[in-house]
Amino acid sequence: MTKESKELILSTIQKNARINLSDLAIQLNLPEAEVEAFITKCEKDKTIQGYYTLIKPEALEGRSVRALISVSVQPENETGFDHIARKLSKFTEVTDVQLMSGNYDLLLTVVGASLHEVADFIATKLAPMNGISHHSTHFMLKKYKEAGFQLEDKDDYERLSVTP
Amino acid sequence: MNDSQSLPKGRIAQHISDLPKSGIRDFFELVLSMDDVMSLGVGEPDFATPWGIRETAISALEKGHTSYTSNLGLLSLREEICKYVEVEFGEEYNPEKECIITVGVSEALDLALRALINPGDEIIYHEPCYVSYGPVIKMAHGVPVPVITEESENFQLHPEKVRAAITDKTKAIVLNFPNNPTGANLTLEQKKELAAIAIEYNLIVLTDEIYAELTYDERSISIAALPGMRDRTLLLHGFSKAYAMTGFRVGFACGPADLVDAMMKIHQYTMLCAPINGQEAAIEALRNGRKDMELMKAEYYRRRNYIVNRFNQIGLKCRMPEGAFYAYPNIEASGLTSEEFAHKLLREEKVAVVPATAFCTNGHKHIRCSYATSMDTIQKALDGVERFMERRKAKN
Ligand SMILES: Cc1ncc(COP(=O)(O)O)c(C=O)c1O
Repeated sequence: MTKESKELILSTIQKNARINLSDLAIQLNLPEAEVEAFITKCEKDKTIQGYYTLIKPEALEGRSVRALISVSVQPENETGFDHIARKLSKFTEVTDVQLMSGNYDLLLTVVGASLHEVADFIATKLAPMNGISHHSTHFMLKKYKEAGFQLEDKDDYERLSVTP
Repeated sequence: MNDSQSLPKGRIAQHISDLPKSGIRDFFELVLSMDDVMSLGVGEPDFATPWGIRETAISALEKGHTSYTSNLGLLSLREEICKYVEVEFGEEYNPEKECIITVGVSEALDLALRALINPGDEIIYHEPCYVSYGPVIKMAHGVPVPVITEESENFQLHPEKVRAAITDKTKAIVLNFPNNPTGANLTLEQKKELAAIAIEYNLIVLTDEIYAELTYDERSISIAALPGMRDRTLLLHGFSKAYAMTGFRVGFACGPADLVDAMMKIHQYTMLCAPINGQEAAIEALRNGRKDMELMKAEYYRRRNYIVNRFNQIGLKCRMPEGAFYAYPNIEASGLTSEEFAHKLLREEKVAVVPATAFCTNGHKHIRCSYATSMDTIQKALDGVERFMERRKAKN
């Protein structure tokens, strides 16, 4: 399979993980068995890291509140930022952990059922953790775009339905 | 009272009243009058113009850029175009006098034909083709000479057929590859053979490259860039298709200075200039629009494969088009003519396709299906075609 075909498979399923295998194969004009084998291989070697569905936060009661938390840490001698980042990522409340350049080190996304629940997590779990020198919490008010999807596109402009 | 009986006879110029009323107009009106049609009948991108380009246009308006431009068009746009054409099409042009900005390829084609044709001159073009070619030639007082491209020849234009159509009145050849409606493209070899004929018979070539970027396999240089062709070729192109900018109405022509100058004479008195907002948007498209264009093209590629494979699975033979955004299946297996097929399919399944008679006189065997529409619509429309064909098969 060519490099371009492989990239096309990945970019297509990145936008729509639920596309069925036969549609995917015919869209890319490739044999279904080859597409399947490639995807299986990518799942094994973690090129495909998982499948995720974008769902309106309000639709899931336990996860309707989200906060972005920037965290400054004192890096440890041997492991740098990795150790504390891994520790943070083990909490179920934490959905994203990334190391950043700039004024702080780690950026977390934390979800919960309520403001109170998230605040509680910060106060009891995050703030007391060894090695964290500073953190700052930003509650998310409204999301307009996520993972390339426009979340509230109301442009319903229509072209003429037939033109030469 | 204003009934047409009382109007003076001969009120409409003869060559205009002689133009046949496009048969497809009635069908188009029917489609437009219906709600909830799943349409494969649209000849323009379903994407809105990429945001970066729209944003530039908006900010140009905010700054009050609402004036005329020079007749030839903004020099900075002509400079960008000439750089682009050199890289993408393989030929160098001087932005000062070998490039003119027009209102779409439509105007460029009209200007070129009016600049070239003496009444009675013959213009060779190939059918099936974009609906305007024959009429525009006639409106310029030329004689259209269609050469038919056949499915058995992959809808490519065979140089020998062109040679056979040449008379001592032949002035020019109009080419459009990738082609609307067939999606076919020419090989470099065919371009070379056509170039040799143009040189042998001293013909001008007008090449409508509007779908050039939307070529899904390898892309060869333009016929304009072949040896001996620069001085006899007008390269006509625009932003409508690849950059999804149909409504901005910007196109251009590149060619030898005398031809561009002749086009300019007509343009300055009839159009004055292309809209400035579109011209500024076009500059942005060339400077920063490539990535968005490639993303749209990748989407067309997936849809092309899907629609063509589905047609073949359904039993309607369809070749894989090399470019543009049209599939051109053969519908003979339905036992219907293309117009019957289109009408029945519209009525029974609310799926709109364009019968090929819109694009050529012998288009009874094909329909044009645009895949410039969402994958979802394409899937539903093809499900409709599948049900339709199953009923046809059950009947036969
Ligand atoms: C082959 C061809 N040429 C020209 C045009 C018109 O393009 P423009 O919008 O640049 O006038 C079209 C539009 O469908 C076309 O298919």
